[in-house]
Amino acid sequence: MTPPSDKPLVSLRDVHFAYGERVVLSGIDLTVHRGQLVAIMGGSGCGKTTLLRLIGGQLTAGSGAVEVAGRDVGRMSERELYAMRRRMGMLFQFGALFTDMSVFENVAFPLREHSALPPELVRDLVLMKLEAVGLRGAQAMRPGELSGGMARRVALARAVALDPMLVLYDEPFAGLDPISLGIVGQLIRRLNDALGASSVMVTHDVHESLEIVDYIYFVSNGRIVARGTPDEIRASTDPFVHQFVNAEADGPVPFHYPATPIEALLAGEAQ
Amino acid sequence: MMNRTALDLWVGIFVAIGFAALTFLAMKVGNFSVFNKAPTYVVTAQFDNIGGLKVRAPVKSAGVLVGRVSSIDFDAGSYRAVVGIEIDSRYEFPSDTSAAILTSGLLGEQYIGLDAGGDIEMLRDGDRVMLSQSAVVLEKLIGQFLFDRASETPAQ
Amino acid sequence: MNGLLSALRTVGAMTIDGIWRLGFATRFLVAVLMHSGQSLRRVHLTIREIYFSGVLSLLIIVVSGLFVGLVLGLQGYDILQRYGSSEAVGVMVALSLLRELGPVVAGLLFASRAGSAVTAEIGLMKATEQLKAMDMMAVNPLARVVAPRFWGGVISMPLLAAMFSTMGIFGGWLIAVPVIGVDDGAFWSQMQAAVDFRTDVLNGVIKSVVFGTAVSLIAVFEGYDCQPTAEGVSRAITRTVVTSSLAILALDFVLTSFMFRGQ
Repeated sequence: MTPPSDKPLVSLRDVHFAYGERVVLSGIDLTVHRGQLVAIMGGSGCGKTTLLRLIGGQLTAGSGAVEVAGRDVGRMSERELYAMRRRMGMLFQFGALFTDMSVFENVAFPLREHSALPPELVRDLVLMKLEAVGLRGAQAMRPGELSGGMARRVALARAVALDPMLVLYDEPFAGLDPISLGIVGQLIRRLNDALGASSVMVTHDVHESLEIVDYIYFVSNGRIVARGTPDEIRASTDPFVHQFVNAEADGPVPFHYPATPIEALLAGEAQ
Repeated sequence: MMNRTALDLWVGIFVAIGFAALTFLAMKVGNFSVFNKAPTYVVTAQFDNIGGLKVRAPVKSAGVLVGRVSSIDFDAGSYRAVVGIEIDSRYEFPSDTSAAILTSGLLGEQYIGLDAGGDIEMLRDGDRVMLSQSAVVLEKLIGQFLFDRASETPAQ
Repeated sequence: MNGLLSALRTVGAMTIDGIWRLGFATRFLVAVLMHSGQSLRRVHLTIREIYFSGVLSLLIIVVSGLFVGLVLGLQGYDILQRYGSSEAVGVMVALSLLRELGPVVAGLLFASRAGSAVTAEIGLMKATEQLKAMDMMAVNPLARVVAPRFWGGVISMPLLAAMFSTMGIFGGWLIAVPVIGVDDGAFWSQMQAAVDFRTDVLNGVIKSVVFGTAVSLIAVFEGYDCQPTAEGVSRAITRTVVTSSLAILALDFVLTSFMFRGQ
């Protein structure tokens, strides 16, 4: 594990966010140190993807500060935001590969858009990235021909094409078979260390994450309910963490969506 | 996807066909000629009534197109219509030429007919055609005809 | 009473929604124009879209134009020969194509062939998060995806309309001259005498430019604005075709009333 340096790369302080009336995040504090791989976990719809969007500057926090490399993302102009995103990579839930381009073109896309490198150099860089995810042989294929796991790996190569300082992963394991899941997990860890980058990963896959990450935040109902290193989480007696790690149906996260008690409903119908 | 050269070629062919079609419409159908935009000169003529004459209506002499109507204005002093006639510089007309508003066919479009006179001086840009004959207004013509018939009847 | 109120409410809601969308589309147009620099500088992006909007619409435009011309030739001859002026069939075919049918029918075909394809493509890119991914790679999707498609459509449409009219006139000629036996010289000379470059040809081209702009804007807007689901994309495609067709017909009325007021 990389020792945390004193200045964090990403820090969220008392962040609130709401879509209109619906409060999604309330009072989030989160820190990512350089070199760390941090996971944000929680049930579906708990606001963890929103957190990622805030860090990427696609959404602006209602209040509180979202800082990346010491600068407030919410106060950036579009130009500054784009300058920051050039040093950021993001892996989308289902890869979001450009369907009208080949695998090679997909990985070459950020290089071509942001640099005036000669074609031979672009080719070498792309093949290196594809080699790193083990798909150099698939360079001529089209995204439609790839399996889910392969598409995820190509998207990963594309996300790190510009050697980013920060990589964001939105549900990198969603819909993958166990083998692909393991491969992608290992790749995320390896790329993070090889690039000297930091990573934030949003996921609900506890077991894979516990194997590879440095630090974990648990989010529920827009708040951080637990945090710790994988060892601390495994040893945790917190009821939420316990329910999540052991996949229990009922617990602090209720099985029932809030409703009037069923007894009252039945009594009402009987009348 | 096809490669870049083939794509460029197709788009090139497409644009070429498109411009060929535009040229065809302009030249062959619209009878537009950019190349021999002949120099013209403008003279004016006053009419009591221009009927349905319109700007860009043809100006003909001996049935040949020699120019077009360039403007139609109303002279508030004499209460007459002032028509600007743009004539191709290749054709010169004597200064006592007369202009008449005629109709092609019984109900066709109206045009200006020029009848050359015999003067030695020629019309120049800005000159005024002195002799003019107004448009024949069908209603007046019919009214005249009925009036004449009515005045003839008692004599019989 | 309640039915009337709820009907009024529906009308009110539709009006507000319509005005809101119109304002939003206008702002969108301004944003697209402001981000057009790249698609003009990297001209290959636009050339690619001319291929998809223009070259791929070529077949349907040429074939439809030919058939419309053939029908106009037959119908025109049938009516005109009663008045003994069958040579004027060229005039009728040319004027109706240049002034109305060329821009309008080509615009309707363009909306359903190219407009729907553009909406589908952009909508699909939105539904699969490709636009967001591009945005996160610090590439503005308005500049990289939307603007080239918009300009590709704006450039393609007048050329397609001209091809449509040309093919239509050729179709009219095929019926009039070889089939019916109208004199070839009379066909062309009558046409040339009656067709004016400015009021007929140029106004038709202006119409096709306006329609091309409207259809391209609607197509990219509906794609960019759609709900990012399979259902949302299919609804957006339907809306593109319906809105474009209505826009073409309404704009045609407005433009015609300005152009042919009979000076």
